[in-house]
Formats: sequence, structure tokens, C-alpha cells
Amino acid sequence: MNKIIEIQNLVKQFNGVNAVNGLSFSVEKGEFFGLLGPNGAGKTTTIRMLYGYSPPTSGMLRVFGMDISTDSRKIKSRIGVCQQDNTLDPDLSVEQNLLVFAGYFSIPKKEAVERSEELLDFFALSHKKDAKVMELSGGMVRRLILARSLINRPELLILDEPTTGLDPQSRHQVWEKLGELKKSGLTVVITTHYMEEATQLCDRLVIVDHGNILVDGSPERLIEQYAGRHIVEIEGPDQDLIEYLKNHDVEYDDLGKRLILYDPERKGMNSAIRSQYCNEKCIYRNSTLEDVFLRLTGRELRE
Amino acid sequence: MINPALFSWRFLNVWKRNLVVYKKIWKVNFLTPLFEPLFYILAFGLGFSGLIRKVHYDGVELSYTGFIAPALIATAVMWNAFFETTYASFVRMYFQKTFDGMLATPLSLEEIIIAEIAWSATKSAGAATIMLLVLGLMGFIHFPMGLLLIPMAFFGGLAFGAIGMFFTGITPTIDMFNLPIFLFITPMFLFSGTFFPVSNLPAWAQPVALAFPLYHLAELARLFSIGTCEVSPLISIGYLTVFIIFFTFLALIAMRKRLIQ
Repeated sequence: MNKIIEIQNLVKQFNGVNAVNGLSFSVEKGEFFGLLGPNGAGKTTTIRMLYGYSPPTSGMLRVFGMDISTDSRKIKSRIGVCQQDNTLDPDLSVEQNLLVFAGYFSIPKKEAVERSEELLDFFALSHKKDAKVMELSGGMVRRLILARSLINRPELLILDEPTTGLDPQSRHQVWEKLGELKKSGLTVVITTHYMEEATQLCDRLVIVDHGNILVDGSPERLIEQYAGRHIVEIEGPDQDLIEYLKNHDVEYDDLGKRLILYDPERKGMNSAIRSQYCNEKCIYRNSTLEDVFLRLTGRELRE
Repeated sequence: MINPALFSWRFLNVWKRNLVVYKKIWKVNFLTPLFEPLFYILAFGLGFSGLIRKVHYDGVELSYTGFIAPALIATAVMWNAFFETTYASFVRMYFQKTFDGMLATPLSLEEIIIAEIAWSATKSAGAATIMLLVLGLMGFIHFPMGLLLIPMAFFGGLAFGAIGMFFTGITPTIDMFNLPIFLFITPMFLFSGTFFPVSNLPAWAQPVALAFPLYHLAELARLFSIGTCEVSPLISIGYLTVFIIFFTFLALIAMRKRLIQ
């Protein structure tokens, strides 16, 4: 049993509109799996179906080999969920949040105390044990939600935008902790808007849009395949350059005031472009997952 | 529509969560049931005693304060349970997203709702216990039978907690709880044989009062406090049991419709 999650032709409708449109993917044991996509692509809907919050309209969704619609309680007892919203209990202290949550899993009190001490220590929150949740900084809130999602020693961790709204320091701290969890062999599913985060953490990812999967692969492979190794950005391009690119079959995106050239070096044209067409400002840089993402999902605003 | 697999004793874990929170603020919560009966008895006892000599009820003559004292416990049961599953549950559900967090655990929504209703009844029973002490010391309640007011308060709390939860399931914003309070709770508070016997109402209004759950709870409260009542307690208990089952069922359906999408 190596497949932790199996999804086939998963559909979710809201008022007759498909938010998730026949999605199929699977996640292996020990994988750090990314679910990326623009706003409204169906990520959170998918995640919510994964942890039994939202019942699928049709299709197959199996976690640990069990069907979510019949065994959701068994499944939920073995997964940890870090929701997008802050769902910490503001009426309780930091430690009580963990202990009461352990109660929801029917974990005995003594064991709950031990585990919450361990988790508070791991997430550097021991000193805030008795603090009110309202007094915590954004980074601490996130770490506490993460700690809480691990209280039942889950075999699968589901993270819905775990670092949205955090300052760089806090974000890196969360990444470091997630990296440690990954090393321990935990299976993780993550959604995020930060491509850097996905690149750093994910073994494999899919990019979804309009409820469908666009691509599936490791971040490195996707970058190589869809954006090449290097990118040249040219501001204020002239018509000659566009002609030149067309003639030499270089892939590019035309953003009006800016051109994005995908891997002109592959065709050995870097120096030609550099010497002839760099009028205002040129940027030579490595390709990133963000280039892949924008290329595949487009640049127009979604909301 | 309701799947029995969704119910288990796990609901007690949610009930315990509310107890943990309550323990932090119990000292403040404790004051209302302590002083409320005192204020009412003082106001009506001193203020009305010159106007109203005796109340005729079930063939017995009662002092006015003796008449209203048991009903004060019934009204406290109503206010406590109804406020808990309306305002307090709404805050937990909507603003604090406490239910969302719980739904990521093995708990089912049904267990959360049952726990909220059971908790509201627990608060009612707690308030009734304190009032029982105060009113007992003032001589308005006969013991040991008066101790039955505590389980009665829990039972009555389930009724008002269930209907409150139903309103929470269908109320779009928290301000709109004014509506059921103004149209349902307040008239019930005034016209359920609480401050004057239902027999004083015009004939057409009496059946309406008899349909109020608070009327039946006030009847039971009088029976357990001073041993008199107008209606058979079996009818009152039967009515409230049906009321609890009916509105718990409606509350479960309304909340599932509201939260699970």
C-alpha cells in the first residue's frame, strides 16, 4: 500500500458549476506533493474534499486505501490539517489549544500533555505555553496551527497555504520545520501561492486551473520543460527584436512593454541579443517555477 | 437524512471544550444567577406587594413572590440555553471558526451540534442550581423535592438550546437574532404563566400560552418547588420531549445545510 491518496475523475459542483472538473492524481507514501494554481482554480475545494469537510459530487477519492465518503472518520483520525484560515480557539491558551484538540482525537490526557510539550518545543513555542492565542504574532499562530495539526501523529499532513501573510523570517522558519518533517518521512500535501516555497519543498507538484490539471512533475523537470534554464527579460523591445526572435524560432511572451525570452541561450543567441537589442534594460536570470506558472495559467488577474 | 454513524460519545469532547473555557470565566458567569433572582424578588416583592395581595393558582392562594419565584428559574433556563446556542454558538461557528477546526478531526458536525445543545443545557442547570440556593434560602422552594429542579433545568435547557441552534442554522447575520428574541422569546417570557397565571389572559390567548415551551417548564418548576401545577406534569414532560426531538432534528438539518458544502 504505497499510494496514500488516490483521486480519479473527482468532480465538485457548487450550484451547477464545476469547481473541480474531473481531477485525477495520486500521492505516494513519503512524498511532499504540491497542489498549485491561481485563485479559484479548485485547490482549496480539493483539499476540503481530501479531509472530508466537503463531500465530492462524483469521482473516486481514497485516502490510505479507504473511501472518503464511507470511512471519513477513520481517515480523519490519521491525517493532520492546517487550514488556510486561523481556526485556533481564541478562548483557550496556547497549550490548551493543543490539549483540547487532542481531546477531539480521543487521545488520553497524559499522552496529550507529553505530545503537546514535544510539539511546543519543536515549534519554539514553549515560552508562550500559557499565552492567549490573540497575543501571538502571525508566525507563531502559523506554527501553533502546524503543531496542532501534528497532535494526532498523522500519517498525512495537509497544508492549505501555510505561509500566506508571514514575514520572510517566519516563512523560512516554517520551511525549515516542514523540511524536518519531510525528512522524517511524513507524506505532505501543500497548496501555496509562493512558487519559491513549492520549488524548495515539493518532490512533485501539479498545477491546476479551472478545476483541471495542466502539468504534473518535479519542480526541476517542470522548469526545464516549460521555461528552459534561463530567461531574458527585455524592456522596451522594438519591432526588429520581435522579427529577429520569430526568424530564429525563440520562444517568448510579449507583455507589451516587456518581452520574456525563454532560454535563448539554448539557440546560442544570448550574445547577439545582448549586443543588438538591449536598448533600455535587460535582465538575465535563471528560470523559476513562477515563469512556468505564469506561462501556463496566463497573466490576467483572476478576481 | 440523518446518518446514525455520525453520532457517538465523542460529542463529550466538544462539551468538555466548552467547560474548559467556562472554568476560566465562571466567577463572572456565577454572578448573574446569583443576583438575578434577588433583584426580581426585591422588585416584585417590595414594589408589587402593595398592588397584588394574593395570586389564585390551581385552587391555591400564593403570595405574588411565591408565585413568580419558581418561574424565575424556568425563565433563567430559557435565557441561558437560548443565548448560548444563538449568540455564543454563532460566534464560535462564524467568527472564531471553531467548528471548522473541529471538522478536521474525527468529530462529525452532528456531534458538534449535539455537544453545543448539551452544553447550553448544562449552563442552564448550573444557573438553576445557584438560583435554587438563593431562592431556597429565602424559603420559596420546598426541599428535598426542589432538588429535582436541577435535572429539570437540564431538560428544559435542551429544549431552548435546540431551538436556539436551529435559529443559528438559518440566521444569516448575528444581528438578526433580535428577531426570534423579539417575536418568540420575549412574548414567551411575559405570557407563559410566569408573572401572572395564564387564566388571567383572555380566552382566545390561553391556548397560545399553553403552546409555549416555557409555560410547561414553568409548570414543572412550580410542581418541583411548591408541589402545585395546573397541567399534568406528564403532559408538560411529553410536550417538552417532543419539542426537544423536533428542534434538535431541525437544528441538525439546518446546520448541515449551512456548513457542509
